[in-house]
Amino acid sequence: MSSTTTPFALLPNGSALPWSEVPAWSPEDLVTATARELSEGGRLCAWFGQSSKAGVVLVSVIAFDADASLAVARSTPVHRSYPALTLLHPQAHLFEREVWEQHQVTPEGHPWLKPVRAVAGSHPLQGEYFRVNGAQVHEVAVGPVHAGIIEPGHFRFQCEGEEVLHLEIALGYQHRGIERALRGGPHRATLAQMETIAGDSTVAHATAHTVLRAALAGVEAPLRAQWIRAIGLELERLANHTGDLGALANDVAFLPTASACGKIRGDFLNLTALICGNRFGRGLVRAGGCGYDLDAARLSTLANRLATAVRDADQAATWLWESPSVQSRFEGIGTVSSRQATEIGLVGPAARACGLVRDARFDHPTGWYRFAQAPVAVWPTGDVLARARVRALEIQRSGEFLRTQLAAGVEGPIEEPLPPPAPDALAIALVEGWRGEVCHVALTDHAGRFAGYKIVDPSFHNWMGLALALRGQAISDFPVNNKSFNLSYCGFDL
Amino acid sequence: MGLLDPLLHRARRGCETMAYPAGPAPALPDRHGGGLRLDPGACREGCTECLPVCPTEAIVRSSPGAPVSLDLGRCLFCSACVTACPTGAITQTGDHRLAVRRREDLVLGDAQGKELRLARQLDERLRKLFGRSLRLRQVSAGGCNACESDLNVLNTIGWDLGRFGIQFVASPRHADGLLITGPVTRGMDLALRKTWDAVPAPKLVIAVGACAIAGGPFVGHPEVKGGADAVVPVDLYLPGCPPHPLTILDGLLRLLGRLGAGEAARRSDGSDRSV
Repeated sequence: MSSTTTPFALLPNGSALPWSEVPAWSPEDLVTATARELSEGGRLCAWFGQSSKAGVVLVSVIAFDADASLAVARSTPVHRSYPALTLLHPQAHLFEREVWEQHQVTPEGHPWLKPVRAVAGSHPLQGEYFRVNGAQVHEVAVGPVHAGIIEPGHFRFQCEGEEVLHLEIALGYQHRGIERALRGGPHRATLAQMETIAGDSTVAHATAHTVLRAALAGVEAPLRAQWIRAIGLELERLANHTGDLGALANDVAFLPTASACGKIRGDFLNLTALICGNRFGRGLVRAGGCGYDLDAARLSTLANRLATAVRDADQAATWLWESPSVQSRFEGIGTVSSRQATEIGLVGPAARACGLVRDARFDHPTGWYRFAQAPVAVWPTGDVLARARVRALEIQRSGEFLRTQLAAGVEGPIEEPLPPPAPDALAIALVEGWRGEVCHVALTDHAGRFAGYKIVDPSFHNWMGLALALRGQAISDFPVNNKSFNLSYCGFDL
Repeated sequence: MGLLDPLLHRARRGCETMAYPAGPAPALPDRHGGGLRLDPGACREGCTECLPVCPTEAIVRSSPGAPVSLDLGRCLFCSACVTACPTGAITQTGDHRLAVRRREDLVLGDAQGKELRLARQLDERLRKLFGRSLRLRQVSAGGCNACESDLNVLNTIGWDLGRFGIQFVASPRHADGLLITGPVTRGMDLALRKTWDAVPAPKLVIAVGACAIAGGPFVGHPEVKGGADAVVPVDLYLPGCPPHPLTILDGLLRLLGRLGAGEAARRSDGSDRSV
């Protein structure tokens, strides 16, 4: 890829450009151009439809991880259908289903065109499930209400005996209309809705939204606010990764790590509450910066309690690696190859567990991550063990990042009012949440209001990874595989 | 090395379960703020500073001259109104206790008064049935996984919900009631009703979080029903976004009559907080 030959406009993460500068191609040419960039190392961050007076246009957002740039192009209005990108690049499959569902535009040749999250009456409209036929084949249906305190979704397994031949995941139960509500906004409830797109990723989604708002306003948040946001984001990662290690241990009946991590996860949540009062970081991120500051005494308490919690988490993780019974339940279970991971566009720890160096903090640094970065933690084997190992490594890395960065803060204001947003513009923000890349794309109208807003939670990329991981596995290993991905239902359903 | 390490670790740490409710409640984070108190008498005439800052329109004034009212069921406890209020009419109480039995008991400043009316325990027949053993089926109906996470926290060693005989079970057939989170999306409407139908009577329903009480940040969206009581009858409301685990535990124990007489009877004026 070079900037002189690409039919895309290039921009860095966390920036905006006028809509008129986004190149427009025929739908066929946009598909061809996108496919070419994806073949040459690009990665599809978003692909969505935007309604306009002239009809529905397609917008393609690609990340070039190697040279820290994002690329965007659009199509001229589509008439009913266009040739499916999915046929060339499977990572587009859900994006194209979504365009079809929202805009009644058909990606011709899409192999599995069915609803994503549309609701009919009192339940999601899920269409036909994929079926395997055979005398020995049976079907297992699980959900939407699961056997635990967990969000709803439906899993349909095609099994031969204990072996899973195919798993189809059908969601939509959690749809709350977030993207629709953003149109004409931001509204007074917008930031609260951004914080609850996926409530365990409050800081990640709120940061992506506010970085985008600042980009549209032509400014960036005060440096001290960027520092506090990074602290909040890493605490969010530490809490969730620790909880996941505990949940993985629990699913293989290894109670020492399960019970220790349950407690330590709470310790991390309480550190977020130390900053802003709320264990999930509600109110921490505001449109023009942050809602809460860290005085010296609070900072010192935070640093001390953090050191203890990171050490405890590290120790509880070590028990996993030293227990042969845990190793035999993690190793070789739910393997996703690095080639599969690339093809379906996995992100976050699930991608890094397949050996892919893919981390928006490193590849597309914005905010505080321009000055300080944690090393990207990878593990090559693609199995449950790898997904556990990557989390444990990231607990160490985030802990170390915070240890140094807590002492490296800058003075200054934490919040400044935003100037009015640019009219007729497009802005993109990527944030590496604990699950992976959170992507927000906004388009504004002539008055600077949101004319369209696309949210891509990492789960949108990764649910297919869980389905692939289950192929050829025993159905009894579904829980441990599911925990090893720990994807968001509401982040997907929006 | 091997299994010895975790065993030694456990022995060294000892019992990590909190003393509450026999002992003092753990302290809320100092910036949490707890519940809210509204004194409409302190409102300045014609002042509307708090109305536009509330993300969920939890604060309303029924007519221009009327006093404001604050619906803690809708409230996200973001404290924007506390900051905006020029006369200190809305203040944080620091109190974790927020559970009520009736929806209208969450509305402050109207007929209700300045503070919320905490939940009474179940009547004697139900308390005899459930007081020492309550099995709940949790249903997330559009929950964002924050309420769900802090419910899971109650099962960790620090809180150990099992010591009260309260347990989350996998099947509604084994349950005495439902604990609902989320604004009840239309996509979960049917599943929630089916789950409720499957619980044998007599059964309880507990709504946890601003979403399950009134729709939370999604109040007014056509994609959601706007809370659990749009679909099933609710016996206990636990406000917050999400409620602190201590608020949830207090609500459950209050409902079951499991709090000591002193803890249950105390007024929520914050003056006798033991944290």
